[in-house]
Amino acid sequence: MSEVTYNPSIIYGIFDDDDDILRSAKVFRANRISVANVYSPFPIHGIDPVIGHPRTNISVAAFVFGGTGLSLAILMIWYMLISDWPMNVGGKPNWTFAANFPAFVPVLFESTVFCAAHGMSITYLLLNRLLPGFNPRNPDPRSTDDKFIMEINMDENWDATYDEVVGLMKSTGASEIKER
Amino acid sequence: MATAPLNDLRDPLILGEKSYHDITVDICRPIETKANKLWYVVFGLSFITMLWGLGLIAYTVGTGLGVWGLNKSVEWAWDITNFVWWIGIGHAGTLISAILLLFRQRWRMSINRAAEAMTIFAVICAALFPVFHMGRVWVGYWVLPLPNQYGSLWANFNSPLLWDVFAISTYFSVSLVFWYIGLIPDFATIRDRAITPMAKKAYTLLSFGWTGNAKAWARFEEVSLVLAGLSTPLVLSVHTIVSMDFATSVIPGWHTTIFPPYFVAGAIFSGFAMVLTLMLIVRKVLGLEAYITVAHVEAMNKIIILTGSIVGVAYLTELFMSWYSGVEYEQYAFLNRATGPYWWAYWSMMTCNVITPQLFWFPKIRKSLVATFIISIFVNIGMWFERFVIIVTSLHRDYLPSSWMNFHPSFVDIGIFVGTIGFFFTMFLLFARTFPVIALNELKTILKATGKYKRTSPKPEYKVEDLILESRKGKGGATLHAEEHH
Repeated sequence: MSEVTYNPSIIYGIFDDDDDILRSAKVFRANRISVANVYSPFPIHGIDPVIGHPRTNISVAAFVFGGTGLSLAILMIWYMLISDWPMNVGGKPNWTFAANFPAFVPVLFESTVFCAAHGMSITYLLLNRLLPGFNPRNPDPRSTDDKFIMEINMDENWDATYDEVVGLMKSTGASEIKER
Repeated sequence: MATAPLNDLRDPLILGEKSYHDITVDICRPIETKANKLWYVVFGLSFITMLWGLGLIAYTVGTGLGVWGLNKSVEWAWDITNFVWWIGIGHAGTLISAILLLFRQRWRMSINRAAEAMTIFAVICAALFPVFHMGRVWVGYWVLPLPNQYGSLWANFNSPLLWDVFAISTYFSVSLVFWYIGLIPDFATIRDRAITPMAKKAYTLLSFGWTGNAKAWARFEEVSLVLAGLSTPLVLSVHTIVSMDFATSVIPGWHTTIFPPYFVAGAIFSGFAMVLTLMLIVRKVLGLEAYITVAHVEAMNKIIILTGSIVGVAYLTELFMSWYSGVEYEQYAFLNRATGPYWWAYWSMMTCNVITPQLFWFPKIRKSLVATFIISIFVNIGMWFERFVIIVTSLHRDYLPSSWMNFHPSFVDIGIFVGTIGFFFTMFLLFARTFPVIALNELKTILKATGKYKRTSPKPEYKVEDLILESRKGKGGATLHAEEHH
């Protein structure tokens, strides 16, 4: 659908300050130009709603994996110590899971935490495309140091002109403009 | 957080006027420069000590547990003391990175990275002791719930020792992941600054291709928060379960319900002492005085007063309960602790853990780096004696006076313990030269709120309304779409 009459297709505005880029993103939003992405050395609080990113629901993963871990641990302990071989420890109740439950709490808890934490961490790495051997994809190496980079995709903003975008970037404090 | 107003009531957490780039340069300096002679000397010493410990472990495995000082009455002594001591030291790292994150304590950011590293190395040291105490380590996998050749006899889930296996392996692996997830963005910073191809390659591998876009950061923050939420009960559970190794038995002096909270407080107490010992050296050696300030030291000292006082109250409660219970065995166990053959261990523990930390009530001592360093060493020693007192004095006088025996550590016992200290320092020294010892990118988020921020370019002055272009009125399909999505 895009009528690519613009060269370049991606414009990067490089800012020196996190508050500057946040305000600049607000200006772009007010001008109805969508910001494709923002690269920064640290999280900029409040930028996600401005550039139209929905709240992440990665914590759901922790809940799902935690529930899985708990269920698997219950199944394992029930099979080993109730169903397969009830172990008589000083004559303590061992014939039903419920009667023996208090002694099982620590392992159930640890298994829940183990699966929740690792499951969510793996989900996080996959969602962020983070694995050993992957090459960095930030547009400028200084974005992990002290530069804040705004990425505008001209294909997404087919009715905006190059001059409009660069003009707005410069007047909101961008110290450098890069194109690709 | 970055836009919160400067709080004039508190001391700044970052000294001097810094730009974001200054923070990067300061924290990356130890990694990008060559180590000095002192580093090599200390590293060499630690490494040799570690090798000595490894040699003695090999000797133990080859010869048998008889080379340790254990006997029939005191079958837990030096080894389990060291195990509990090291595990306790590990607790500060998770406390700082998880519990202080939930409490939004900004001062955690300068010390959480190093404290977590300390946790990981300490847990490795701790795990060595029960593993080699098994005697036949090659069948160590029997602690896992695996099918085996003895029919259907499974691991005993009623046993606190098995709970320990689960607790410590969960604690170790979750701490490691939590630490690493925080390290990825900082490795990326080092990667993007690296000059030599070797460093570039290594840090590219370590940083997993971190990009630092808005979505990645949003997920990063969420994951950190949830991991902190999971680690908080986890860290409390670990030492609770360690204390249950003792508390669920019927040995006088062990069989008390006060053990879980008392052990957790003691763990945090000793962990903070070790963090202080290390950080006071690190800030000096690596030149990080601007980031690990007196305000940080004071905050940690306040936690030492709190947890030290809880430990003190626990000691007195134990004494009271042994008398009040009317159980003669309990009464004797505590009388024997204070006046028996190990009275010196008991009174070392009392002096180091109950009296010395109370000196921190005086602001002058709390803010003095020298005094803090000395007291932190006292606490480290005191907490080692605490575990020694609990374990050895309770065991060496059995219910049967005919089996009463004293414990004498052998040179192997002492050597393995010294070896773990060597391992700990070897790892920490390597860490200090290759990893960012401070969470440098996280630290940048608090610079504006708790330090003096140096702008590198003039602040653009405009009003958002003034920059709405006439040419953009009624346009912007893509933006509309993004808005609906939001």
